[in-house]
Amino acid sequence: MDYTTTILTGFVALYIFMLAAFTGFEIIGRVPAILHTPLMSGSNFIHGIVVVGALWALINASSLPEQIIGFIGVLLGAGNAAGGYVVTERMLQMFKPSNEPGKE
Amino acid sequence: MNAALLIDSSYFVAAFLFIYGLKRMSSPLSARSGIVVAGWGMLLAVLASFFYTLDVNDAAKPHLNTNIALALIALALGLGWAWRSGKKVAMTEMPQMVALYNGMGGGAAAAIAAIELIGYKTHGTVSLSLAVLGGLIGAIALSGSLIAWAKLDGRINGTLRFSALQLVNGSLLLILLAIGGYIIWHGGAVAWPLFAVFFALALIYGVMMTMPIGGADMPVVISLYNAFTGLAVGFEGYVLNNPALMIAGMVVGSAGSLLTLLMAKAMNRSVANVLFSNFGAASDEAEGEIAGSQKPIDAGDAGINMRYASKVIIAPGYGLAVAQAQHKLFELVKLLQDADVEVKFAIHPVAGRMPGHMNVLLAEAGVPYDIIFDMEDINDEFKEADVAIVIGANDTVNPAARTNKSSPIYGMPVLNVDMAKQVYVVKRGQGKGYSGVENALFYADNTQMVYGDAQKVMVNMIQAIKSLGGGH
Repeated sequence: MDYTTTILTGFVALYIFMLAAFTGFEIIGRVPAILHTPLMSGSNFIHGIVVVGALWALINASSLPEQIIGFIGVLLGAGNAAGGYVVTERMLQMFKPSNEPGKE
Repeated sequence: MNAALLIDSSYFVAAFLFIYGLKRMSSPLSARSGIVVAGWGMLLAVLASFFYTLDVNDAAKPHLNTNIALALIALALGLGWAWRSGKKVAMTEMPQMVALYNGMGGGAAAAIAAIELIGYKTHGTVSLSLAVLGGLIGAIALSGSLIAWAKLDGRINGTLRFSALQLVNGSLLLILLAIGGYIIWHGGAVAWPLFAVFFALALIYGVMMTMPIGGADMPVVISLYNAFTGLAVGFEGYVLNNPALMIAGMVVGSAGSLLTLLMAKAMNRSVANVLFSNFGAASDEAEGEIAGSQKPIDAGDAGINMRYASKVIIAPGYGLAVAQAQHKLFELVKLLQDADVEVKFAIHPVAGRMPGHMNVLLAEAGVPYDIIFDMEDINDEFKEADVAIVIGANDTVNPAARTNKSSPIYGMPVLNVDMAKQVYVVKRGQGKGYSGVENALFYADNTQMVYGDAQKVMVNMIQAIKSLGGGH
């Protein structure tokens, strides 16, 4: 198969940034206040994707300083992702609809 | 099979799952499944990135095995530590954990920038600018979040303020921008100590920026740093040509910015006001004008009075979280409801340390949604209430915010608890709130103070009501 990664530069990158920004704006804009904390925590988890970038940087490291910084980067990124997931999941677990008792 | 194709398609699916997951998280009914969906996206993206090992730079080839080993160790350590700490932490300490994990993300983004810069791997003005900017924002988010964590966790008390602080911070930021501009101007080809100075100063700036901010403003600050980290991740995503980072980072960057604005608006302040001024600066002049005295009452007596009220509104605050009193509180509420008292909760938008903090706590204790109300929906009902009970809240119920123009919190919307016929304030001592402002409510004629730890007070109230005997 002949496939090479598309290089995302210039306006293509700008379009991605713009559409992603609107997406984030729209999702938060219509959220009830009770979900603000879990949602902040959830978005905190999602930027844990940075671990993937750190992994790339570490795998392509070619000197000791790069390896050290890359190691720290992956460590921190993994912490962000894992911690963000656990904390958000625990918060949201409390929002089970079964908690809602029927009104009389 | 082509590694690049596998990686790219995995990232595409991951980006979809992130956005779909966030979307599901924005409704209480589907929220729980939302985080799981996003979690699968993360797992997929991380696993797919090991295909990077099939196609590394020539310079890195001799180090490949070491690098893979390092990556696995770092992943295991970071994941293991965060997973355990996240499972262990008490619900009340969630805000500082979010701050901590957020700081780690900012640090990871700064690390990517550092590698790109010291390895002289980034070329082109746009890439270089975004690498520098992302590194700067990421480093600020790292040290700033750590300070926010330490403050919320009680490891740092008080605030650092001196008259020239804003001047120092302003100059620091200018120096940072100047160094960043210099690096970009020279196409990144500067000696490595300059990069070290750049990152060190950025970290210091994050500390200096966060130190003067008081506890009550922390939710806004954490949310702001969350948005910062998102932006930094998005920028580094551009540098690495990684669409997953670009999309996820920018979604979080904009969502976090909006959330920050919403939170600041709830306090009737601008984000700039939160960051660059502080409550303490103005409060000295405004004090000492409150007439009257604080009148204490026994917890049991207060409990019995509530039992014979027809309508009780509860205004919880951070003190409830600190005392872990939410379960006992719900027990009290059920007792009152059994005695045909109408009980409602009134939640100030910034009650606790994060928006929705109180809702999470009350949900944990099992309090049903339908008796919990936002400030706008319940503020007019206080004047019909026989009893308003304030539990560990202070600034959010200070009537001075409505009436006293010289008060530093003037203009912030507050719960109208003072309009109830009788107000009980459950409080540990006679101290001031986080803003450092005296609370006129505590001195009002219709206010009585119940001193003590919120959980013990709840227990005393429950016992007093039970001792009256059941039955109607």
